[in-house]
Amino acid sequence: MAENSGQDWVPGAYDALKDAGVTLAAYVPDGGFRNLIARCHQDTEMQTISLVNESEGPCLMAGAWLGGTRGALIIQSNGIGNCGNNFGLTKMGRFPLLAIVSQRGSWGEANSWMMYSGEIAEPILNLGGFHIMKVDHAEDVADAVRAGATTAFNASQPVAVVLTQRVLGAKQFVG
Amino acid sequence: MADKSSNQRLDRRKIVKQIIGDQDDMLVISGLGGAGFDVTDARGDHDLNFCMHGAMGGGPMMGLGVAIAQPDRRVVVVMGEGDFIMGSHSLMTVAAAKPDNLAIVVLDNEVYAETGAQKTVTASGIDLAGMAAAAGFTVARTIIEKFEIDEASELARTASGPVFLCFKISDGASQQVAKTRDGVLMKLRFRQALLGHE
Repeated sequence: MAENSGQDWVPGAYDALKDAGVTLAAYVPDGGFRNLIARCHQDTEMQTISLVNESEGPCLMAGAWLGGTRGALIIQSNGIGNCGNNFGLTKMGRFPLLAIVSQRGSWGEANSWMMYSGEIAEPILNLGGFHIMKVDHAEDVADAVRAGATTAFNASQPVAVVLTQRVLGAKQFVG
Repeated sequence: MADKSSNQRLDRRKIVKQIIGDQDDMLVISGLGGAGFDVTDARGDHDLNFCMHGAMGGGPMMGLGVAIAQPDRRVVVVMGEGDFIMGSHSLMTVAAAKPDNLAIVVLDNEVYAETGAQKTVTASGIDLAGMAAAAGFTVARTIIEKFEIDEASELARTASGPVFLCFKISDGASQQVAKTRDGVLMKLRFRQALLGHE
């Protein structure tokens, strides 16, 4: 996936997570996040959890916060739909939630099925009370993660830093 | 051999009380419905209880998050089977994470007791402990008989996890007990009791 994208934004974004005190990264991968996830795995001080379903993310992040740990959720926009019910925990407990989300269905999408799941993500995030930070340019990613982490952990809000496929690149298909 | 799907007799209140009742340092997450009443009955509206009232199925993941954050504390998740099965895929996630301080206690009455006693899939013989064992839980048991409760409770409290215990309990809804449903309050008091003022 995302063969045509650069990954130059990854070190800065990772540093922003580290500076915010994030020590737990939970993900359902997207090709555009391959280097970010690899970076998490390379860091012995970052605990990684490969989720079987994005719906696990809000509950894992809430539990971690309850215990004093800051986490980040790294998922595709497709998975936002899976989270709908569990965002209720985030909202009712006013838990911080830092989500880094790839926006499928944006900028050069070639798979129509991804248009649907990408398009329903933002309304669901809005219903969940998320502060949405959409990023179209690679040079803005690190600052967005840094700012998003501040709002998530210091203002105790759910925040989605949404990277469009203009940043991540779109999956290429034959035909 | 006992029929696991029909021999329902254990008292949920006694089981939960035996596991968490005198464990003031234990970090307890309850699922929604009756489990929250059981937990509150066992040790009151305790600072280190977080009783979920939604996010059905999310208890094991919330417990995993606490267990990761607090590796030196015992974390116990108590939930009904109707709640648990909605997030039963998390058996895989928890087993892969291998938290040795986490126990999941499922109270299985084989019905959705809160909504009219419709049968859950465990009434058809689905073996939740077998699923947990297959996923790689270090302890995975179904508890049917009263004489098994003492040993199982000790496993919930002390065995190297992840531990999964499915207690076959009497049917009927869990009697209500007054408890807070305010998520922000539960979060703040839990963190304050655990972490102090930050």
